[in-house]
Amino acid sequence: MTDTEHFVEIKHAQKSFGKLEVLKDISLNVARGQIVAIIGPSGSGKSTLLRAINDLDALTGGEIWLDGVQVNRDLPYRQYEKHINQMRQDIGMVFQHFNLFPHMTARDNVTMAPKLLKGLSKAEADALAEEQLDKVGMLERIDYYPSQLSGGQKQRVAIARALAMKPKLMLFDEATSALDPELVDEVNQVMKKLAEEHMTMIIVTHEMDFAASVCDRVLFMDKGVVVEEGPPSVVFKNPTKDRTREFLRKHLAGAK
Amino acid sequence: MDIELMQRVYPFFLQAAWVTIQLSVLTAILGLTCGALGAAMRLSRLAVFRFLGAAYVSVFRGTPALIQLFILYFGGPQVGIQLDAFEAGVIGLGVNVGAYMTETIRGAIISIPKGQREAARTLGLSRWQTFYNAILPQAARLMVRPLGVNLNMLIKSTALVAAISVVELTYTAQRYIGSTYKPFEMFLLAGLLYMIIIYATGRAVAWLDRRVQIN
Repeated sequence: MTDTEHFVEIKHAQKSFGKLEVLKDISLNVARGQIVAIIGPSGSGKSTLLRAINDLDALTGGEIWLDGVQVNRDLPYRQYEKHINQMRQDIGMVFQHFNLFPHMTARDNVTMAPKLLKGLSKAEADALAEEQLDKVGMLERIDYYPSQLSGGQKQRVAIARALAMKPKLMLFDEATSALDPELVDEVNQVMKKLAEEHMTMIIVTHEMDFAASVCDRVLFMDKGVVVEEGPPSVVFKNPTKDRTREFLRKHLAGAK
Repeated sequence: MDIELMQRVYPFFLQAAWVTIQLSVLTAILGLTCGALGAAMRLSRLAVFRFLGAAYVSVFRGTPALIQLFILYFGGPQVGIQLDAFEAGVIGLGVNVGAYMTETIRGAIISIPKGQREAARTLGLSRWQTFYNAILPQAARLMVRPLGVNLNMLIKSTALVAAISVVELTYTAQRYIGSTYKPFEMFLLAGLLYMIIIYATGRAVAWLDRRVQIN
């Protein structure tokens, strides 16, 4: 059943909003433990592709598979809801704007889903919150509310919240784009740590340096297609396509 | 101004104020129930419920509450609805204020950023779990003040049921004018008692609002 080479499999993903086609027949395999970065200009479809993987944005065509199970199965509404809720437990997601629950402490943010979905007792949930928050260096803020945390701290709690469900796959949607520059590194460190633990990750990012240092593969997307893909050493240093070169030149110039 | 007369009739006005309070409480309970149901319909996944919710709001906000009361109380018996005046008052006003509360509740719910819903769904929570655990606790805090405004409006609109002869504050004032010919004093007294009820309610709402805010 488990095919480590095709752990995440995207087959002919297609997505339109009315007449606008934002994903045009994209196929992609991610092996277990692999870390893939998706880069590209805004409007290229990279976030839409990421959000299609856990069906936050439903595809209009194509299939998404995770660990031998199709995510976007064609089922009647009620059955599909059950199926997708189950699938999403295995797919952690981290958002640009954190989306922590403001009415809950860091602890409750982390434990809400495991308590509801896995029936953890209070003691088990507390142990889990401590473990996950410790991992992201936020243990001493366990009883703080999001409004009492900096952006970088919020994002680390958000990562702990996703990890608490013990996902098989983590999706990062521009996790550091909304952060002040000096707070980016603490989040990158956490993501690096996950990489060292061989978490399978798909990362939409604008940070080329980080992508180059952490990822096994880089996809450059533009206008709904994958223009170029390969190891970071190739895509960043010796891109074969003009569009990639142009994007990187502009982007790196803009970043300075 | 005939202060002595006011002192003499004052106990009867207090009794009437108690009726106004009972009316207000029962109407508020019914209004909140209708508001919650209305909001649930307005936000439903199914178009037929959304339509019913929208129709409810536009009918009851789009016609005078007094006409609604008259239809229910005077027109009701023609179609087999027999209610005494107090019952008709509670039901008529409750369903009416429920339409306003529908929009208040719905407004609070849809003002929660969609990232909150996405974050909860992404963790694997169902639609209902997401609503109950992530959205509602935040929306409820936003509802307190605007529902307080609805409540203020409701208390004042209980005066309308004088028109179907419920013996509440306004009706009592009118009755005493009939025997004393002192409309200034009688309406002033009624107005004062309304003010006290509304002031106390306003303070209670403000207290609740402070209590539920996050930090």
